[in-house]
Amino acid sequence: MENNLINLTIDNQKVSVPQGSTILEAARFAGIDIPTLCFLKKINEVGDCRVCLVEVEGRRGFATSCIQKVEEGMVVHTNTPSVLEARRVVLDLIISNHKVECLTCVRSGNCELQALAKQFNMTDIQFEGEKVEHEIDDLSPSIVRDFDKCVLCRRCVATCKKVQGVGAIDTINRGFESCISTVENKSLNDVNCTFCGQCIQNCPTGALHEKESIKEVWAKLKDPDTYVVAQTAPAVRAALGEEFGMPIGTNVTGKMVSSLKRLGFDKVFDTNTGADFTIVEEANELIERLQNGGTLPMITSCSPGWVKYIEMNYPDQLAHLSSCKSPHEMFGAIIKTYYAQKEGIDPKNIYVVSVMPCIAKKFERQRTEMQNDGMFDVDSVITTRELARMIKQANIDFTSLEDSEFDNPMGEATGAGAIFGTTGGVMEAALRTAQDTLTGEDLQEINFEEVRGGKGIKRATVNIAGKEIKVVAASGLANAQKIMNEIKEGKADYQFVEIMACPGGCIMGGGQPIKSSKERMDVDVRKLRADCLYSIDEKSTIRKSHENPVLKKIYEEFLENPGSHKAHDLLHTKYQVREKYKI
Amino acid sequence: MKTLEEIQKIREEKRKELDLRVNTKSDTREKHILVCHGTGCTSSDSPKILETFRKIIKEKNIENVRVIKTGCFGLCAKGPIVIIRPEDTFYAMVKPSDCEEIIQKHIIEGEVVTRLLCKDIDGKKAQSLDELSFYKKQKRIALKNCGVIDPENIDEYIAFDGYKALEKVLKEMTPEEVIDVISKSGLRGRGGAGFPTGKKWELTKANEADQKYVVCNADEGDPGAFMDRSILEGDPHSVLEAMMIAAYCIGANKGCIYVRAEYPIAVKRFQIAIDQAKEYGIVGKNIFNSGFDFDIEIRLGAGAFVCGEETALLESIEGKRGQPRVKPPYPAAAGLWGKPTLINNVETYANVTRIILNGAEWYLSIGTEKSKGTKVFALGGNVNNIGLVEVPMGTTLREIVYDIGGGIPNNREFKAAQTGGPSGGCIPKQYLDTPIDYESLKEIGSMMGSGGMIIMDDTKCMVNLSKFYLEFTVSESCGKCTPCRIGTKRMLEILEKLCNGKGEEADIEKLEILAQNIIKSSVCGLGQTAPNPVISTLKYFRDEFIEHAVDKNCRTKECKAISKIEIYPEKCKSCGLCQKVCPVNAIQGEAREKRAINQEKCIKCGTCLASCPFKAIG
Repeated sequence: MENNLINLTIDNQKVSVPQGSTILEAARFAGIDIPTLCFLKKINEVGDCRVCLVEVEGRRGFATSCIQKVEEGMVVHTNTPSVLEARRVVLDLIISNHKVECLTCVRSGNCELQALAKQFNMTDIQFEGEKVEHEIDDLSPSIVRDFDKCVLCRRCVATCKKVQGVGAIDTINRGFESCISTVENKSLNDVNCTFCGQCIQNCPTGALHEKESIKEVWAKLKDPDTYVVAQTAPAVRAALGEEFGMPIGTNVTGKMVSSLKRLGFDKVFDTNTGADFTIVEEANELIERLQNGGTLPMITSCSPGWVKYIEMNYPDQLAHLSSCKSPHEMFGAIIKTYYAQKEGIDPKNIYVVSVMPCIAKKFERQRTEMQNDGMFDVDSVITTRELARMIKQANIDFTSLEDSEFDNPMGEATGAGAIFGTTGGVMEAALRTAQDTLTGEDLQEINFEEVRGGKGIKRATVNIAGKEIKVVAASGLANAQKIMNEIKEGKADYQFVEIMACPGGCIMGGGQPIKSSKERMDVDVRKLRADCLYSIDEKSTIRKSHENPVLKKIYEEFLENPGSHKAHDLLHTKYQVREKYKI
Repeated sequence: MKTLEEIQKIREEKRKELDLRVNTKSDTREKHILVCHGTGCTSSDSPKILETFRKIIKEKNIENVRVIKTGCFGLCAKGPIVIIRPEDTFYAMVKPSDCEEIIQKHIIEGEVVTRLLCKDIDGKKAQSLDELSFYKKQKRIALKNCGVIDPENIDEYIAFDGYKALEKVLKEMTPEEVIDVISKSGLRGRGGAGFPTGKKWELTKANEADQKYVVCNADEGDPGAFMDRSILEGDPHSVLEAMMIAAYCIGANKGCIYVRAEYPIAVKRFQIAIDQAKEYGIVGKNIFNSGFDFDIEIRLGAGAFVCGEETALLESIEGKRGQPRVKPPYPAAAGLWGKPTLINNVETYANVTRIILNGAEWYLSIGTEKSKGTKVFALGGNVNNIGLVEVPMGTTLREIVYDIGGGIPNNREFKAAQTGGPSGGCIPKQYLDTPIDYESLKEIGSMMGSGGMIIMDDTKCMVNLSKFYLEFTVSESCGKCTPCRIGTKRMLEILEKLCNGKGEEADIEKLEILAQNIIKSSVCGLGQTAPNPVISTLKYFRDEFIEHAVDKNCRTKECKAISKIEIYPEKCKSCGLCQKVCPVNAIQGEAREKRAINQEKCIKCGTCLASCPFKAIG
């Protein structure tokens, strides 16, 4: 049935599309653009905004092209004067209730409402009137909600509920008073939000954005007594270029390092090296659990949104979590101990800035567990988007920058560290190290294709040192939920689980460049960014974390060996049972 | 559990016993005192009346008299109503303290208590219900049992052919045959849109699925409409029976009735009906040995108007926020829990058993060419007889307002009738003689809706009226789609401006643009019809809008911000009464002088207007 073609006419053009296609899809197939706002492919197909209305002959009222299916012989008109007027009135009404502060809005230039206004030539607003006014919620360390910019598309609600299975937000009140809020209208900080930031990724306007840390970073950069160190997560280099008009998935590692140096960071290190530490520690922990009857399956712990999720939703299953800190936290701890000692710098004067694709890292950074000697491992987290803003603020012409290398002595990282940024990557990197450790050999079969790709749940059985290990890589918290339920119900027959809160992993994190819903209809952003990381891995001379010479040296000189007492003190952490709702 | 034979026996015996309810010439020695227990009469103490009657009868040891609670008689303005059968004496506005006299005089001495009889339009007291002009032009089909039977007693329902239609359908007819009868009868949805009922059944039947549902929409939300409530309160079994017939036809075995929680009596009586039907084996497994199973549950709505929209209703049943779904797919294809679902309104169902028993031809003989049968209207506003009326389709507005409704109080002039509630429109005077049916109402810019009919006299401002309806829609919009959520709010803001004298002529054009686009762009029926009250008033009373916008004047003085109260010197007799009652000393003038109003001080409270014996203030 699915292969049956449906014939219809759109704007006098004959079109044949597979049965089950929407009018919008058919029109796009025919090269006809229909504007959308609330529509988000496969996530939010609700027909709320009414921007995509079209005329279907013989039908009373307009059809909602984003969700209504094509029918044989259908005659569609997408640009009659009455359709255009209706869309214009709808847009006029939306803007009439919008806090129009485009000049100072974080999404200016990348706002779907602004783009529509431009496209519709909205030079004046005909139906002005009362606007809803709400307090801005900026109490959480990660997300700011400015409801006065909300267009009630409910993309965030669908994302939180359907993609992430969290449901921290939903529509409250009715009619004109409707708004998106939380249980009892509490701050996001006081509810079951995981700070994954996927809502931000899917928000068409500036109603949802990250809590910026740019100002504090500028202040430290200005301060001559502070030694400001930047470290950059693997996923950042695969996306930062997009903020400067470069194609999705362009590897901008060299330009990124140059720009950070130009911004005035004293040192620029690679969190991939941190990732290598995580792999070595985690592989060691896995082997230990496998050999000594520890809690299995072991689940990765590098995604802070995921960690918050399990703490709130499966508090009785925390023993499954690896005790490893996430890469940037491990790296921060190493910078403030080993590196500080080595360079003779008082760690109190070191300010570690992590550039991350993630906004939950902002929350993770200030967890009480993430400190050593009364100092936080990391002092500030900025997202890929924030770094781009700083670069623009500093008038740096990013695209024409020469490449630079990460600073030594911590500059070298492996291909294994790079793929940490995509779903399945942590798993693959850990398996590379685990198989060498168990066999004591330097194995050359190191691509674990089974755990690559964009599927939300990837199950595989891998043979390591003659032993079959069942593994699962899941991304997106709704998928994590499925795995956790299997574990809780005793149905899990696997030993190692990788979970990333964001669908597709860090490359699709809540701090990454935001792509419009339209762009996402045509382009697989996840794949392009993932390809970038896999290509970095392929091109790396060292592709196994435990072979990283930096690590070898640091273990030799400082940490002794993976899982040592010192490594535990600095590189491992604890978890806490967390209430979903603060009363 | 009862066998068919046992039910038939109840039917025959009970029918004999209850003959006096419908036959004034019944030769029984019994008397039945019927006390209305609809919501209206209940809230004005009718349960106390029932109790008092029973107490007196017990004390006086009177035989052959029974006191029965019934559903609504319709003439709610005259409640609490007590009717004594078989003679059909109609007592209006009865108080518990009147019971003693009724028993003594009427029951024991056989004399009518004249002072409690109801005054008809001509001023004469009507001796019986039939004599009241309110009832003369009515034809009761949906309300047939209301006010006749005790709604909490299944036997009384059975006595008047209850569950006979179900028996006929299950024993003698195929689903196709039943649908054919319903289709031929011309029955159309009474919830508002008038979709052919048979067609809806057929469409739902045609969609194959492992599970289907029948749903009854009892989320009556139109301000002023209460026919569905009255049917459920007065004759719940008729709805239950019809739902079962519908379920049999479409291949469903589960039903759900969605009732507003604000209808506690209806909910209680419907639950009693379900329980009694279950006890008799009428609801349950293998009903009447036919192999047909049916179960039903009641779901309470929380009072959101939009939940009367069928897909929002389904969302609400599923436990979600009451918001409509985009159609298609229609519920007939994907309804409750995604399964094919038949949704009909209470009044629609209430017609079904009568059609099955009397045949399509009988039903076809009532009504107009395209609208068959009767329609129940909730008559309210500036009309003498406020209440529930059921008339054949095609009855004119004039007949309803003047013959049934008894005309406009204080002999004022009819200005407009609002039908269809917040989705409908205003019918002006020139259409008083239009025969009312689905098509004619639509043609003149209104709609049938669920049947609210509010009559307005010449003291009503049409701009203010459309503002009232928009206020309702704005507060009842679910907020899902932009045109309804923001558009209706903007329309209301413009109307508020007009009523406050801050509007301008261009606002009227803005109203029209908004109205047209909200109609075409909204997701559901609520939004698509929300501008109707404005469109129809603009069509017929545009001059009033222009007066508000340009002259800053409200001719009815309802819009206080732009109305001046003045004393007409030629009519003023210098009595000074107005000066005495004015709460803010805004009226000037010495004794024996003509008075005048100081406009700066006047708060437009209207006290002087009412006080003037010479109608010199306006």
